[in-house]
Amino acid sequence: MNELRVLIIGATSAIAQACARIWAARGAQLLLAARDAPRGEAIAADLRLRGAAAVHCLRYDAGLPPQSLLDALSGIGMPDIVLIAHGSLPDQARCEHALEALHEAYRINALSVLELATLLGEALRAQGHGTLAVIGSVAGDRGRASNYVYGSAKAAVAAFLSGLRQRLHGSGVNVLTIKPGFVDTPMTRDFAKNALWAQPETIAAGIVRAIEQGRAVVYLPGWWRWLMLLIRLIPEPLFRRLRL
Amino acid sequence: MSAAAQGWGRLLHPREAVQTLRDRFEQPRFAPGEHYLARGQSRSYGDVAVNDGGHILDTRRLDRFIAFDAQQGLLECEAGLTLGEIIALCLPQGWFPAVTPGTQQVSVGGAIACDVHGKNHHRAGSFGCHVQSLKLLRSDGRVRHCSAQENPALFAATIGGLGLTGLILSACIRLQRVAGAAMQGDSLRFANLAEYFALEAESAPHWPYTVAWVDCSARGAALGRGVFERARHAAGAAPAPPRALRLFFTPPLSPLNALSLRAFNTLYYHRPGAQRSAQRWHWQSFFYPLDRIAHWNRLYGPRGFYQFQCLVPPAQARAAIAQMLELIAASGQGSFLAVLKTFGGLRSPGLLSFPAPGTTLALDFANRGARTTALLAQLEAIALAAGGRLYAAKDACMSAESFRRGYPALGDFTQHIDPAFSSSFWRRLEHS
Ligand SMILES: Cc1cc2nc3c(=O)[nH]c(=O)nc-3n(C[C@H](O)[C@H](O)[C@H](O)COP(=O)(O)OP(=O)(O)OC[C@H]3O[C@@H](n4cnc5c(N)ncnc54)[C@H](O)[C@@H]3O)c2cc1C
Ligand SMILES: NC(=O)c1ccc[n+]([C@@H]2O[C@H](COP(=O)([O-])OP(=O)(O)OC[C@H]3O[C@@H](n4cnc5c(N)ncnc54)[C@H](OP(=O)(O)O)[C@@H]3O)[C@@H](O)[C@H]2O)c1
Repeated sequence: MNELRVLIIGATSAIAQACARIWAARGAQLLLAARDAPRGEAIAADLRLRGAAAVHCLRYDAGLPPQSLLDALSGIGMPDIVLIAHGSLPDQARCEHALEALHEAYRINALSVLELATLLGEALRAQGHGTLAVIGSVAGDRGRASNYVYGSAKAAVAAFLSGLRQRLHGSGVNVLTIKPGFVDTPMTRDFAKNALWAQPETIAAGIVRAIEQGRAVVYLPGWWRWLMLLIRLIPEPLFRRLRL
Repeated sequence: MSAAAQGWGRLLHPREAVQTLRDRFEQPRFAPGEHYLARGQSRSYGDVAVNDGGHILDTRRLDRFIAFDAQQGLLECEAGLTLGEIIALCLPQGWFPAVTPGTQQVSVGGAIACDVHGKNHHRAGSFGCHVQSLKLLRSDGRVRHCSAQENPALFAATIGGLGLTGLILSACIRLQRVAGAAMQGDSLRFANLAEYFALEAESAPHWPYTVAWVDCSARGAALGRGVFERARHAAGAAPAPPRALRLFFTPPLSPLNALSLRAFNTLYYHRPGAQRSAQRWHWQSFFYPLDRIAHWNRLYGPRGFYQFQCLVPPAQARAAIAQMLELIAASGQGSFLAVLKTFGGLRSPGLLSFPAPGTTLALDFANRGARTTALLAQLEAIALAAGGRLYAAKDACMSAESFRRGYPALGDFTQHIDPAFSSSFWRRLEHS
């Protein structure tokens, strides 16, 4: 009964699935929360065959309050690791004039994540150990004309997690902010891919490692840290003229 | 585009719109008037997995296991899963694919659509003999369940159907029970083609796997000399497979030429390991020696290469294969990897399946332009005159006539083609 227990929210995400396969191969117990039940069940069946000790499916829709997920969880027990992976790339152009699109983007990429981090962070603290890992993005490091709605929502998540991490310091709970660069997944299917793009398996290996190492913030692949540092260093008078 | 988008022989430079499907639930977008083709791991050599000017449905993310019955060895999985991933899961539980080609980097969908064969054809038939059922998505958006009982005609057309009948979403396949992860058997030198046929006849009844490598540069009395391998699965330890290598770039000039070829073939024939009985192999070294070198196809340089694989019926096999080997040796072309295998009588349901009783010869040719295509045409003519056929999965230049003559069920097959599906291969042979 000493298997690692992992809760994955947004379990149908390509990056999350790749993480789940790593944990399954190590015989972990997995709790998969997703809004799409048939997809969630299909992933659960796959993970059981790949070695997971047990897999449970839960319902979670980021458009709705998280309470039902928390209630379901209280029956099953808290995991050792929580990975919050859901997200979606909003239509930036639409968000520039339609407030409902802006709200929706913030609901899915920021507010729902902060709700979950609040409630699950607290539950982990009460348990006295564990990791809260959340997928942010390099897009949160500096707002750019092409996707600042998504980017600023991810920035909110990063700032929030930084505070939560401080608050939970000493409680036995680590908070990990994951900042992937470009990843070839359904979310980015319409983008032309080049050498900067990574596969979800590469990102997943980095996530699992960063959790084990108790890291605070991880860029994946690691070189994005330096690229984003450069981008943050560009002075605003110059940055405003760039098209990124 | 990546190297994977041009066929394993790297001869083509197609323009394609690629849709990567997330899983078996995703409905591809079919636009009216456009043509579509599923693609797996692009391990077919020519243009059967190429759709120039059209759309590709990339199935590499259809990689979920669905169910595995470890008592019966029955596996249901999405069509993009590779044999390598299946072996990783099932071999520790005592199961192995009933049929495997010479690379484990093929998808289940690709293995069905080309009805691939392995070194155990004489015992197990082709991959299609072990497909219990499959789910096929047609461009009308409906999924057809196909098996010997349900939609049997569509089932038969889809096995070996070169992706033209629709998109295979998932399949249920039967695996074979094996004694362990090792292979045990003999390597035996043979001095000429007659000795090959004698060894083959003697070994086939007793060994589940038989195959031969031939020295395609040898002539005269040594014509058709080579090394015969026969083996079976075995329990216990096996030597670890050698470390994996990778070819990171394409050399501007291929190091493979007539001289290096002759030298390699001679050394390979005379190497001490070529004659060793009671040998043990790791399953990877036995089945997939080439998988050790990632992107080995780049070795042929920027112009790519052709593969030729034909089947000749038993009565003509000796004479026709001797004639082909003589022609190849005289041309100074040919390759390191010429393979001979004699098929058995088990037929799969597939209408366009390549394997049938007879002997198959397979080898690579670096692309040297007209010289190479002229040689390929001569080889094709010999195979055809002997009542044989060429293997579509390896082909980039067969004629429409040899396709028609080699595959008499073509007329029946055509009725099952999905109207929105096509491939560069199909258009090449339909309109030439
Ligand atoms: C080193 C090497 C050794 C080989 N040895 C052998 C051998 O011993 N015996 C043998 O028979 N072959 C052999 N082959 C050929 C290979 O097994 C076949 O070409 C196989 O079909 C490749 O599978 P794939 O997943 O790469 O398919 P692809 O090359 O991507 O596609 C092949 C065909 O399958 C169709 N297809 C793929 N997925 C689907 C799907 N989901 N639904 C419908 N259609 C689909 C495509 O449209 C195409 O027509 C070898 C190839 C290599 C590179
Ligand atoms: N891909 C990249 O380049 C990249 C880069 C940096 C960060 N990220 C982040 O990585 C995370 C995973 O994304 P991915 O790249 O793996 O893409 P993905 O495969 O498209 O996954 C997105 C996931 O979010 C879920 N989701 C979307 N809206 C939801 C909602 N309202 N309620 C519940 N779940 C919802 C999706 O569920 P369905 O399956 O039901 O649609 C899906 O599981 C996201 O947070 C993303 O922002 C991605």
